[in-house]
Amino acid sequence: MSKNIYLDNSATTKLNPIVLDEMMPYLKDMYGNASSIYSIGRESRKAIDKARDRVANALNANSSEIFFTNGGTESDNWAIKGVAFANRKKGNHIITTNIEHHAVLHTCQYLEKNGFEVTYLPVKENGIVDVNDFKKALRKDTILVSVMFANNEIGTVQPIKEIGEITKEKGIYFHTDAVQAVGNIPIDVNELNIDLLSLSAHKFNGPKGVGALYIRRGVNIEAFLHGGAQERNRRAGTENVAGIVGLGKAIEIATKDIEKKSKKLIELRDMTIKGLLEKIPDTRVNGDLQKRLPGNVNVCFKYIEGESILLLLDMKGVCASSGSACTSGSLDPSHVLLAIGLPHEIAHGSLRLTFSTENSKDDVEYLLDILPPIVQRLRDMSPLISKH
Amino acid sequence: MEGYSEKVMDHFFNPRNVGTLEDANAVGEVGNARCGDIMKMYMKIEDEVIVDVKFQTFGCGAAVATSSMVTELIKGKTIEEAMKITNQRVAEALDGLPPVKMHCSNLAESAVKAAIDNYREKQNGEKK
Repeated sequence: MSKNIYLDNSATTKLNPIVLDEMMPYLKDMYGNASSIYSIGRESRKAIDKARDRVANALNANSSEIFFTNGGTESDNWAIKGVAFANRKKGNHIITTNIEHHAVLHTCQYLEKNGFEVTYLPVKENGIVDVNDFKKALRKDTILVSVMFANNEIGTVQPIKEIGEITKEKGIYFHTDAVQAVGNIPIDVNELNIDLLSLSAHKFNGPKGVGALYIRRGVNIEAFLHGGAQERNRRAGTENVAGIVGLGKAIEIATKDIEKKSKKLIELRDMTIKGLLEKIPDTRVNGDLQKRLPGNVNVCFKYIEGESILLLLDMKGVCASSGSACTSGSLDPSHVLLAIGLPHEIAHGSLRLTFSTENSKDDVEYLLDILPPIVQRLRDMSPLISKH
Repeated sequence: MEGYSEKVMDHFFNPRNVGTLEDANAVGEVGNARCGDIMKMYMKIEDEVIVDVKFQTFGCGAAVATSSMVTELIKGKTIEEAMKITNQRVAEALDGLPPVKMHCSNLAESAVKAAIDNYREKQNGEKK
């Protein structure tokens, strides 16, 4: 039987069958519009309310602070543009980091074109923002801080608690893109003083096309989509009932037993990192080894290019990703790898492996068997080797 | 992402003429590591005919496949014929490349020209 080992769980995850079961009725007989008055409409409304409670529980938020969207990108767009435009009279300055997801970076660049000033904080070599740099960047006219909870490429977990304490004290809104963190790291929006938080269902075994934005009560934010009265007049459009139900079930499952789950993922992660460093010379690990998502491995193999590694891994049944230019569709490698100070030619040789609890030690052993010869094969072909 | 043709995959997985030539009398290198692809072409030219050719490539699937294909296209050809190889011709021989990968075929064309230029420079040097 041919192997199929999925090690790209930061890209997306497999839909949990229990989640699908919970969604099915709303894709079939319970098709009512949640705004309608008759019974199947009311059933949809009830299902949405239940999902909202589940998302709120997972974050220690209030249900009235959860707003459903179509995913992480929409949540990021809404949080950042919504707060910026609503608070323009208070100030014009936004702080973010240079390792954010493009959903945040490109939204900030859009705001710059519209007259806002944005500070992009650098990160240290370990891929983590320096809180002192953050403090220095604060200005009287800073209205919003957006710092991701955990990075999607190198998995580094940012100093959210420290930042939250400062933004609370200064009365500045704090948004975090927690798309990679939810379900992997316990999150309490009150303990961490988070004002806005983006999440996406398909990153924790929920369906694609649905997410949420947590908006703390009292945050001054513009509506995102104008139209009907859905989502308390802030995000118009008939609700994606089945998707929302799936999100609710998925987040409930994902946030239960987080510690047990993360223990298993850390074991697989550290076994992989150790094995790769032992077996493949000229390998470097990207991102802090401790303050890191439990299931994230990100390494660079010198002298070779990432897409070639992915194609050869695919032939052996392993799904993974890379931050090379050829996989990003541009001429530059990943902005995250450049931000941690990697030279271009090293960044092109990156490989990201992200585990789920469905993966086993056997998967890691298989990977550690097939990857060294793949790297060697590409290095034998590389003109860079002879120069070193 | 847009997929590669079967021919591209074949030339990526089983590249022809990989390696170096110890008795090469023409060597050309193009691209740069910064952009993520480098091609180095080694040729042995006798009486204006490319009797042997090898390559080394650092790059993506398309970069390896175009390198491999271009060596097949020029092996046994005169340098005059080889100079006429275009990036389009290389891409066509591979049953096309995804649009974002077309620059890889430019690299293959340039690598051939760089090697032949190197050969001519050496020849001119000897004549002087």
